[in-house]
Amino acid sequence: MASPKHTLVALVENKPGVLNRVASLFRRRSFNIESIAVGSCETPHLSRMTIVVDGTTTMVEQVRKQLEKVIDVVRVTDITQDPIVARELALVKVKSTPGTRGEIIQIVDIFRANIVDVASDSLTVEVTGDEDKIDSLVGLLRAFGIKEFARTGRVAMPRGGTNSVTVDRDT
Amino acid sequence: MKMTGGQIVCESLLKEGVDVIFGILGGAILPLYDTLPQYPQLRHILVRHEQCAAHAADGYARATGKVGVCFATSGPGATNLVTGIANANLDSVPIVAITGQVARPFIGKDAFQEVDITGITLPVTKHNYLVLDTSTLARTIKEAFYLARSGRPGPVLVDIPRDVFIEESEYHYPSKITLPGYKPVLEGHPAQIKKAAKLINEAKHPLIISGRGVIISQAYTELKTLAETSQIPVTTTLLGIGSFPESHALSYGMIGMHGMAYANMAVNNADIVIAIGMRFDDRATAKVAGFAPNAKIIHIDIDPAEIGKNIAVEVPIVGDVKIVLSELNRQVTHAHHLEWITQLDSWRKDHPSTIVKESNSLIPQYVIRKIYDITGGQGIVVTGVGQHQMWAAQHYWYDRPNSFISSGGLGTMGFGLPAAIGAKIGCPDETVWCIDGDGSFQMTLHELATIVQEKAAVKIAIINNGFLGMPRQWQELLYSKRYVASRLIGPDFARLANAYGIPSVKVKLKEEVVPAIEQAMAETGPFLIDFQVEPEENVYPMVPPGSSLTELIEEPKPRSKAFSNSAKSLVSNV
Repeated sequence: MASPKHTLVALVENKPGVLNRVASLFRRRSFNIESIAVGSCETPHLSRMTIVVDGTTTMVEQVRKQLEKVIDVVRVTDITQDPIVARELALVKVKSTPGTRGEIIQIVDIFRANIVDVASDSLTVEVTGDEDKIDSLVGLLRAFGIKEFARTGRVAMPRGGTNSVTVDRDT
Repeated sequence: MKMTGGQIVCESLLKEGVDVIFGILGGAILPLYDTLPQYPQLRHILVRHEQCAAHAADGYARATGKVGVCFATSGPGATNLVTGIANANLDSVPIVAITGQVARPFIGKDAFQEVDITGITLPVTKHNYLVLDTSTLARTIKEAFYLARSGRPGPVLVDIPRDVFIEESEYHYPSKITLPGYKPVLEGHPAQIKKAAKLINEAKHPLIISGRGVIISQAYTELKTLAETSQIPVTTTLLGIGSFPESHALSYGMIGMHGMAYANMAVNNADIVIAIGMRFDDRATAKVAGFAPNAKIIHIDIDPAEIGKNIAVEVPIVGDVKIVLSELNRQVTHAHHLEWITQLDSWRKDHPSTIVKESNSLIPQYVIRKIYDITGGQGIVVTGVGQHQMWAAQHYWYDRPNSFISSGGLGTMGFGLPAAIGAKIGCPDETVWCIDGDGSFQMTLHELATIVQEKAAVKIAIINNGFLGMPRQWQELLYSKRYVASRLIGPDFARLANAYGIPSVKVKLKEEVVPAIEQAMAETGPFLIDFQVEPEENVYPMVPPGSSLTELIEEPKPRSKAFSNSAKSLVSNV
């Protein structure tokens, strides 16, 4: 059985070198990162990292504890088992001809994706969703020829009404 | 009050109770050194290599329980510290390393003597800092000391650019620290402690494995109470030596690769293992699958990441060992475990791992035992790494915490001499013995000069077998005796010591051992003894790599004369 993917959310101090500390830890302990997305969050001075890791529950628990040990890491939560909203964004530059353009636009519409750039020989598609949705869209577009492809990696948070991943106000 | 960065560093060090700094100066850190004369309370010990500044700070920290401090300049000064920092990191020793860095406008330009030392030491420090703003300097030093000594202690490096030392800034030493990402858990979870107490109270064959965490947390009394209340035999890890008096009736010595046979058997047969302040290092556990196969394990440690890292445990308790044990002691009931203790005693009788074997020749085990006899076990023993280290662990009995100082996790050859200097500087009234191997000693022997210059009266016993002994032992037992690159031709250590101005004596015969040690003890200053021991003695018991704790090799029957003669000829006239 393939080991399940885990989604960890880390709130870290917004200081130079923190991403390096986290990345270095993963390398040193041979933890396998599937994706990592970093950006600001609701608390000033903190950044939020969404990390997707591959591994057994025991191993991911070790990842979480090692991350917690990094002084600049304020809180780490494994939200894999929680009801969560998880999204990725991808940009796909797909080859197009006057003959295929209509068909591509139809597919993009079905996926509720957007065309964000049009050129004589290509269309650039922006799609947001979970990994499966992006994978299926890209699978379909591959038939037309993909010139360029970029995706962000997962950002995630627990659904409203469940526990939020935030820090206490006094910290 | 306005002060220069250099003054701010010194003021902050005083606030943290620092009185000794080990270091070497150089271009980038010169402005800091220039302020030292304004602070005569800060004694600077000039070493001969920055690695030894870190090791000396390490030895000082272990011997005194205080934070050790070392200085080094940028570039090679800083990189030379790395081994010493890594050593302190694996053994959880609180040191603060302050390095000079090139001036801020030169950072990132590959300037002369520039290295990214915070990048380099990131994986081997508890935390590190590059100070780019002089106004944050005092706060940074305060955080560095707090991090180094609290929770699970460890090394913290503060890298300070040359121009930050010179720049003036308002000095105010903060009273509070804000580190939202750092909150060590000290109190153990009550439910877990209750569970542990229940297991202990129901145990038939309980066993304690005590590690360095007991020493760090100063939980000796609590450990003793636990052991005595419930009559639980106590074993230790290498770095746990001294956490429980080895002369105590319940002490069953060290476990592990070169642990006592009976201690390893006890682990194998225990039904409850109480692992306290230790981290299930592979040298202690041997093959994990065969470790304590019949036991439920209670693991007490302050570092949550150690729980379940190497071994799955039944009852994890995260917290400060002293606090957890004192709570646990309230719930543990009186017991005897007579049958179990009788069993351990009979293993000890049948497998006497600490008896020095009969021999007319000069064997290392005998040397160690005589140092023990003559010091009355009252000194501090600091070792290098190798066979001599294991013999020093096995054949000397340590009753006091911090009386055995050794490089455990990193296994750093060359640790002995500089760490002994640190220990002696920190504890000037103690007799400090550096027991070293000829290989290990040669990695840092330049510190003999430091001993003389700084008047550190360290007694040095070189267990000289003309080999890199531990790898040679492995080659003998595991590589069909192919001695590749383990043969070692050293200098005449006695004359070398004399060249540095240190009195010395060479010992080749068994009957010369006692007078030599007595001479060393009578000397008020430093002294070196070159013990030219049997070259091919092995450390027993030994658990071969990949085996479990009880699959151990014990001291074999005496070897044939022909063999030991040929071995002897290998090292004659060295």
